[in-house]
Amino acid sequence: MSENYAVIGKSVPRIDAFDKLTGRAKYTGDLKFPNMLVGKLLTSPYAHARILSIDTSEAEKLPGVKAIITHKDVPSMKYGLSPARWDETIFCIDKVRFYGDKVAAVAAIDEETVQKALKLIKVDYEVLPAVFDPFEAMKEGAPQIFEEYPRNINTEIHHHFGDVEKAFKEAYYVRTDRFEGQRTYQCPIEPHASIAFWSGKRVTVYSAIQSVHYLQHYLARVFDMKEGDVRVLKTHIGGGFGGKLDPSGLDFAAVALSQKTGRPVKMFFDREDMFFNGRGRHPITMEVTSGVTKEGKLLGVHCNFVMEGGAYTGLGVASAYYAGSLLTVLYDFENYKFDMLRAVTNLPPNGAQRGHGQPQPRYAFESHLDNIAKELGIDPIEIRLINARRPGTVTLNGYNVDSYGLVEALEKARDISGWQEKKGKLPSGRGIGVGNGGFVSGAGYAIYRTDLPHSVAVIKVTDDGTSAILYVGAVEIGQGSDTVLCQMAAEAMGYRYEDMKIVAADTDLAAHDFGAYASRQTLMSGWAVKRAGGEVKKFILETAADLMKVNPEELDCRDGIVFVKANPEVTKTFAEVARTYFVNGGQLIGRGFYKPPKLGGPHKGSAVGTSPAYSCATQVSEVEIDEETGEVKVLGAWDVHDCGMVINPALLHGQVHGAFYMGMGETIWEEVLFDKNGKLLNGNLAEYRLPTALDMPPVTSELVDTVDPNAPWGVKEVGEGATTPTLGCISNAIFDAIGVQIKSLPISYEKIWHALKEKKEKEKSES
Amino acid sequence: MQAIEDKNGVKRFVITLNVNGDSYTKVVKANMTLANFLRDELDLTGTKKGCELGDCGACTVLLDGKPIDSCMMLAVYADGRKITTIEGVAQNEKMDKLQESFAENAAVQCGYCTPGMVLSAKALLTSNPHPTELDVREAIAGNLCRCTGYVNIVKAVLAAADEA
Repeated sequence: MSENYAVIGKSVPRIDAFDKLTGRAKYTGDLKFPNMLVGKLLTSPYAHARILSIDTSEAEKLPGVKAIITHKDVPSMKYGLSPARWDETIFCIDKVRFYGDKVAAVAAIDEETVQKALKLIKVDYEVLPAVFDPFEAMKEGAPQIFEEYPRNINTEIHHHFGDVEKAFKEAYYVRTDRFEGQRTYQCPIEPHASIAFWSGKRVTVYSAIQSVHYLQHYLARVFDMKEGDVRVLKTHIGGGFGGKLDPSGLDFAAVALSQKTGRPVKMFFDREDMFFNGRGRHPITMEVTSGVTKEGKLLGVHCNFVMEGGAYTGLGVASAYYAGSLLTVLYDFENYKFDMLRAVTNLPPNGAQRGHGQPQPRYAFESHLDNIAKELGIDPIEIRLINARRPGTVTLNGYNVDSYGLVEALEKARDISGWQEKKGKLPSGRGIGVGNGGFVSGAGYAIYRTDLPHSVAVIKVTDDGTSAILYVGAVEIGQGSDTVLCQMAAEAMGYRYEDMKIVAADTDLAAHDFGAYASRQTLMSGWAVKRAGGEVKKFILETAADLMKVNPEELDCRDGIVFVKANPEVTKTFAEVARTYFVNGGQLIGRGFYKPPKLGGPHKGSAVGTSPAYSCATQVSEVEIDEETGEVKVLGAWDVHDCGMVINPALLHGQVHGAFYMGMGETIWEEVLFDKNGKLLNGNLAEYRLPTALDMPPVTSELVDTVDPNAPWGVKEVGEGATTPTLGCISNAIFDAIGVQIKSLPISYEKIWHALKEKKEKEKSES
Repeated sequence: MQAIEDKNGVKRFVITLNVNGDSYTKVVKANMTLANFLRDELDLTGTKKGCELGDCGACTVLLDGKPIDSCMMLAVYADGRKITTIEGVAQNEKMDKLQESFAENAAVQCGYCTPGMVLSAKALLTSNPHPTELDVREAIAGNLCRCTGYVNIVKAVLAAADEA
């Protein structure tokens, strides 16, 4: 980061700050179109039931109702995000598979009429036995949810690299721990909304979606249309965190309702719908066994996981692979076995949430590692330093890790948190813990099999050269991609950030991109933008060279000024050069694209987890426990992240704050609950407890200085990686504070209270 | 309050609200929330809806200067009252110093909680121009933000207070 950049590396204000702060920023639900109808889904009141008949006649008679559609009115083509398991249809055809499954949809003149109409639709169900627990679901004789998944097993992974049994035999100490994760939800504050309208054979869909490309692809596929006849775009998006990546039932239903009525149709989820349809985090039961030397070096690890998938697959196959595959990036060991069974159940389907598949396994492994450290009498940071991956290495499952500052992150986190003064020296009820994590900087492969580039960018300089417009498919969901991509464009062009404009995530007007997931945009969209900017700069220097009677190689351009390198006093403005180009050669346009190299090993499933570059992070947290009530207060958090070159430090630290916040919620409070019939019990933001401003501790966010050779300017990811260490680090801090390890998430006040009570009783009986 | 009854016996009420300094007279059903009134009748969509249960605070507006969840109040109850929405905070393309402070301190991410957050903070700074950090945290505890961990929001509010 020592290089002297003009635009990147600076905390410029967000490009959308003014609109968002003044209420002008329109989100999908804020849009209105003339003659627009309102639509809503009718969902299942049973967890598992056969649909015998659907009678919409009464509802249709209600004045103001314009269309009611069921599976009979729409294509029956199956979809899902992962092509290996397409198992979902627009509406249920033969049976419903979870309480909240999609049965029908209504469009009417207003919301009140829609709600009335939904109540008038009569559906006859034959209730079937349901199963909610993955272990029960996999038993012989359990209710079969899909014909294609015997014993309800939807994904099965058995990876074995090296020889784990041999490693365990040679180990000084072998230990097994079992941990339980819970089901959490992304809970973006903006609920999902979608608006569709047709013009002839073409449909336009505004959606709160993390990838306009995948939605376009799946809409075209399911409705048997040309992709060019489906335009998907978004306005501002009020947070995603993975929950807005899967196409939602709203998008398909809005397209069908709009086609039937010939009018724009707006559909939306209310807050409870967001839990049914939000595709939350998979709960994983995690059995971890490790063999180590006396010094704490890992010799072999076996992760034996069972994942509760909910009713459909969505992104679940990828979640299953991610859960085990990335452990090998963090720690360097020779023998690894990863077994995973993902079972479908009659609960709402799960999908991707920030850190995709990883935060719970990181919690399990980081907690397990602290147990090993304790047994061997090694400091928790020391055991992590011993095993931390070094840069320029290849993992045993075939990932190239070029830059990797985990050792530096651990050392820095130890220093800035006051670890050595605190560990083992804090008063009763207080504790300190450490956790590691990290993530891919974009997935090496698209979600469906394709040879398309991953990101494309086009930059158009306006006729007079006083502005430049960046066209990208990258999706701004709050993380700041519009801002950092404009900074990157300006840097590459030698231009000014203040003069950049952006048109993003519109399949008609912007350029192609796979969108906001797998922490991919800064690196992948960034590559495309850097190349497009480089092309503009090349044209500018060539044109300026003609005007200034020098060779292009003698010139450079920075901050909107073209100058002679040997004599920087001799200048022309970018704008006047750009205008000259326009007058003589037409529109000044730069183009760039990015496609990752072939990545990954030969084994099945080797694609998931591949990436051009890997981030890593160490977090330390300090907690205080009220030993009477079990209440946890997080007193402080320290994060040291290796995210390569930083484009916008203020936005980057904001990602770390938010990632820690979300991980903290998952560790202590967040969990959805269902009754014995699979009905959601706490689908609201009071009983599903998100941390408030009063729960959040001070956060110190620091960086490790690396530059990744596979990335534009050496950038790497931050948004998801920073949530992966949090669960483990807080779990370890609580363990340190109370001397008992709680092996299930969330580590609630109640569980702590019980653990302390048991501990006291045990101490009493022993004394 | 003047009421009009339609042929089905549904009553509609004539209400007059002062919103951001302008007076609006509209005919509304008794069950229309203030949030829907602002969004649907006046097109002031800066007031966001995140839960419609009073849990998230995205719909916060100022009612006679006090922050309220506009999804939890019926429009008819706001008859004759003075409302400030986010659209009424900036004057003539110029953000006020609290909004400027949010922009400078990177306190905005997805922006969906931002209008409510700004209005809760504005009400605090009006009644307590020099708040402590705890005062700020308490004032925005009813506004959920899923992006920022509140770190930069608290910083922005304190910085705006320092400037006053």
